[in-house]
Amino acid sequence: MNLLKRYILPRLIQYFIVIFIGITIVFLAPRFIPLDPVISVINRITAYGAQYMDPEALEKLTETLKELYGLKGSIFEQYIKFWKRLFRGDFGPSLTIFPTPVISIIKNSLPWTAGLLIIAALLSWSIGNILGGLAGYFSNKKWAKVLSVIAMVIYPIPYYIMALILIILFAYVFPIFPIVGGYSIGINPSFSFIFSLIKHAFLPALALVIVGIGWWFLSMRSLTSTITSEDYVVYAETMGIPKNKVLFQYVMKNSMLPQITNLALQIGGIFSGSLVTEYVFSYPGIGQVLYMAINNGDFNLLMGIVTFSILGIATAALLIDLLYPLFDPRVRYR
Amino acid sequence: MFVILKDLFKYDKRFAFGFSVILILLFLSILSFFSPYNPVLWSLVPKNLPPSLKHILGTNSMGQDIFWNITHAIKNSILLGSLTAVISITIGTFVGLVAGYRGGSVDRALMSINDSFIVLPSLPILILLSTMLKERLTIAVIAVILSLFSWPWGGRQVRAIVLSLREREFTYTAFFSGMGTLKTVLKEHLPFVIPWVMANFINTILWAIGMETTLAIFGLSSLETPTIGTTIYWANQYQALLRGIWWWILTPVIIAVFLFLSLYLLSVSISEFLDPRTRLQRMRMEEVST
Repeated sequence: MNLLKRYILPRLIQYFIVIFIGITIVFLAPRFIPLDPVISVINRITAYGAQYMDPEALEKLTETLKELYGLKGSIFEQYIKFWKRLFRGDFGPSLTIFPTPVISIIKNSLPWTAGLLIIAALLSWSIGNILGGLAGYFSNKKWAKVLSVIAMVIYPIPYYIMALILIILFAYVFPIFPIVGGYSIGINPSFSFIFSLIKHAFLPALALVIVGIGWWFLSMRSLTSTITSEDYVVYAETMGIPKNKVLFQYVMKNSMLPQITNLALQIGGIFSGSLVTEYVFSYPGIGQVLYMAINNGDFNLLMGIVTFSILGIATAALLIDLLYPLFDPRVRYR
Repeated sequence: MFVILKDLFKYDKRFAFGFSVILILLFLSILSFFSPYNPVLWSLVPKNLPPSLKHILGTNSMGQDIFWNITHAIKNSILLGSLTAVISITIGTFVGLVAGYRGGSVDRALMSINDSFIVLPSLPILILLSTMLKERLTIAVIAVILSLFSWPWGGRQVRAIVLSLREREFTYTAFFSGMGTLKTVLKEHLPFVIPWVMANFINTILWAIGMETTLAIFGLSSLETPTIGTTIYWANQYQALLRGIWWWILTPVIIAVFLFLSLYLLSVSISEFLDPRTRLQRMRMEEVST
């Protein structure tokens, strides 16, 4: 009960604040920006051939678009309506793939992104933390120094540049992996399908994992090197407890905890990275759909994707936060 | 100040590397003022020439000299980054100061807004904003949009520093000797905050340039202004990689890697220099190892 009140409740409140702020930004963005999405769609239509339009038809079109975008009525009414539609999961039809509803397009591409994101985040988190912990504990060893330099060079490179470097390397220098798509066309679900899936996901995941490892490695190393000089670690070492045991049960266990909170904070950034990586490798996830939406001026699809990413990332961060008491007994019993 | 720089340069290899690379890049960006070509115009030189003596880094498919173009790109990217950093640090420092000094419910409200902006996925929202503004994007507008998501990290840091400063002896001394709150903040506390702000400044530049590059590949930047991002965008639009015009795509990628690396090393070395705990630790470790 105490845990619920002291730990879980504030997090739930924070979760709703995040969603409220995010959705409000999404709502306000098209309304406070001088460019009208309705006019830009009409401009687009007239640009594609239909030079002359009946004024009456134009009027009707404007009305329909306003209705479709939820731009009717006072701003307060619009806001209420916006939330109502959100609860129903109704983002209207996509304009590029008319009349497929936006929600079903997102449903199709979401598993790809979620799969890539979860695998990349877990892999980079665990590899980065283990390596970082080792390098922080044995910080005087040569290999630890070499690893630190490598991580330091990799970490500041943005996901996009990393993906591009991988493409240059694997498309020209070593053409082993396919550089586009999610799986080879014409393969039935079987072992070869799974193999093809892994082969296609390998490079995008690699780009995400490499950059991710850099960040987790560096933060874990600095955490570990602070904890290594704590009294209880020095005491354990003086008692003659084996180094492995000290490392894993005294040092790593404690430095792992802030990293769980960090994962909750970083998940949004990793998601942004995976969007870009998907686009670069033409991986059939949300990033690819997002690019299509931008290029075609598909306002509904864009709004849908942005809203969904806010909900998804906020929920993921909440879940990670809620898992935290399982690892930290200090939060559980106080 | 100058002495500190000299010391850092001498004893920290990371600082030496970062600082020299940044100086070279700044020199290149200053060169852009002497550029013989206007970066906005096309077809000024023969197209698709590989690197030669006349065009050091070759020319691209739009008929521009890549070397002179990249000098403009570096200048604009650094400008964009600095502008974002100035805006977002002003907001962040202000929020951090208010939250730290006011405390209580003001602090809680400001910090939960702050944390929300950290958790929110920035890229999709930035894409939404810049798609809406597509036709009006300039360097300044992009900087304003980017600031929306870069202030909270600084805000959190400043608040943490203020919280620790507020309870120090000298604050009480100042208070009991009749110094006003504003004067205490400006005269006693700001000098502690400023160095952190500097490290944060570099980090924000780094983040902003990276984000602009990312937005640019989606075509959501000021496409006629050369930045590192738009240079890559145009190279991709013309399929430079597939057509074997490697000098076009490789130049911005290499410059980007060096820019990011050097900025990052600078910020690491400055913040490590500022943090007495890590300095002590390093000294202790050196004692152990020798």
